[in-house]
Amino acid sequence: MDMAIALILSQDGITNGAIYALLALALVLVFAVTRVIFIQQGEFVAYGALTLAMMQSGVLPATVWLLVAMGALVTVLDGGLALKAGQGRRAAGVAGWNLGYPLALAAVVGGLAVDALPLALQVLLTLAIVVPMGPMMYRLMYQPIASAPVLVLLIVSVALHIAMVGLGLLFFGAEGQRTPAFSEFSLELGPLMVSAQTLWVVAVSVLLIVALYQFFGRTLYGKALRATAINRVGAQLMGISPTLAGKLTFFLAAFIGALSGVLIAPITTIYYDTGFLIGLKGFVAAIIGGLASYPLAAAGALAVGLLEAFASFWASAYKEVIVFTLIIPVLLWRSLTSHHVEEEE
Amino acid sequence: MTQQKQDSAAASNAGAKNPVLEVRDLCVSYGKVEALTDASLTVGEGQIVTVIGPNGAGKTTMLSAIMGVLGSRGQVAFDGRVEGVPEVERMVARGMTLVPEKRELFGEMSVEDNLVLGAFQRYRMGKRDHAQTLEEVYALFPRLKERRDQAAGTMSGGERQMLAVGRALMAKPKLLMLDEPSLGLAPLIVREIFRIIGELRRRGVSILLVEQNARAALQVADYAYVLETGQIAMQGPAHELADDPRVIEAYLGLGGKHQAMLST
Repeated sequence: MDMAIALILSQDGITNGAIYALLALALVLVFAVTRVIFIQQGEFVAYGALTLAMMQSGVLPATVWLLVAMGALVTVLDGGLALKAGQGRRAAGVAGWNLGYPLALAAVVGGLAVDALPLALQVLLTLAIVVPMGPMMYRLMYQPIASAPVLVLLIVSVALHIAMVGLGLLFFGAEGQRTPAFSEFSLELGPLMVSAQTLWVVAVSVLLIVALYQFFGRTLYGKALRATAINRVGAQLMGISPTLAGKLTFFLAAFIGALSGVLIAPITTIYYDTGFLIGLKGFVAAIIGGLASYPLAAAGALAVGLLEAFASFWASAYKEVIVFTLIIPVLLWRSLTSHHVEEEE
Repeated sequence: MTQQKQDSAAASNAGAKNPVLEVRDLCVSYGKVEALTDASLTVGEGQIVTVIGPNGAGKTTMLSAIMGVLGSRGQVAFDGRVEGVPEVERMVARGMTLVPEKRELFGEMSVEDNLVLGAFQRYRMGKRDHAQTLEEVYALFPRLKERRDQAAGTMSGGERQMLAVGRALMAKPKLLMLDEPSLGLAPLIVREIFRIIGELRRRGVSILLVEQNARAALQVADYAYVLETGQIAMQGPAHELADDPRVIEAYLGLGGKHQAMLST
């Protein structure tokens, strides 16, 4: 191995590491606030990438119908509750957001020649379709069992992961998709050719991490999420409902997932089930951070990305094995250095 | 069980004009065990009402039920509207706050962040005046202003209690419920806490105070209830109860004489 190859591998590693970092942050956030292990994070990545790919090939993305279906269910549940309590205006609001919005979106995406739209608009529409599924999923699947033990929540996540992969096969077919790069130029740094997409990935990841940092450090809603993670009872007494915190968290996680998918779609071929492996690598990084520390998780993500890149050079058949084996020494080190805390109920 | 002091006129909190809180026949059960039985009480506007009683009498249970943290049966009317079963977020939105016994601060966050979060529900409802409320709370607790950037979890017990009360005040409550605010604090700090409770009354906040420190509670309160094994055993104006031989015997005498009383 010479310097040039090492540099190329590092570039790959950092690009993937940036995506894993985003996913790891979302996993840590979701776990801290709701105690849900967000296995289906990867599916949001695949749904984001493949929804964009479908739009670009001029087909109405089937995910829009999933959004309509989920929205209809939420409308029946929450709208029904509001009507029962005699809150007609609230019921109308629920229906507007959960049924009106998906239908309007379906009409827009179906009515426009989406393949001719500029890329930025296609990306926005993709996010508009996939991201609201996050809070809806929280409402439908987790809110009714919000105080269940972590294990039950985990099993629900596994079920949702399997369901989303199955639906993915139905929506997108078994063929892999790759979207064109955001921009075509590349940068020459000595022996290294840095592609524009790499720069896009790293820049957007860094921007998003800074934005999240600001959100949690400066805005009252961000602080409310942190407060919920630190002390659920205390947060509830301030009027921060676990439901609101859960929906907001799932919104952020779905946004991070879908955006990651859009970012990597030009770099890797994405299949309906690719998301799982990507999500799992984010999960390894999150475990390095103990599912609690954001900076450690981000650093872990970079390590995972680099390890994966170099492993694929030296032992490409074993690259996944090597990455996932990383979790064993990490767990050993974690269990030896930290005190075991019983789950609080 | 003591004789109930329930001779009609003296039985109700007659000093309470415009009741902020009216609780009727509140019952709470943990499984088959009834922790609170038919408890009724009234807090008038600008009043300090205290509930005293021994450990395990159901005082914390009662506050939790009124706040909606625990499920209950009975009727809670707050600020002129009857709640079927109270629900925490709605009660906070309507102007009720609870400072729980364990304080439930956000330990890793700064003092100021803790305070600002106290105004979360107001902020959500579009009342974005928390910067001004923050100054008022700092004026009441200069100590908190000195420590505004410190993590809440690193402060002393007394400071943490002040922060818990300050955080509750950030919601500009109509009714402030305090659960054992003096618990585990040094005597000097207990005095300071009760001074602040008196100061809050002058500012027009209605207060429901649950205390084991009966002497201090009866001194500061207008009206008092004695809760024993889940039932209201006695009630009356605070100064009258302070002179009642049974209360003196059980709660104001030297040492834990209520233990002896409970065993008879």
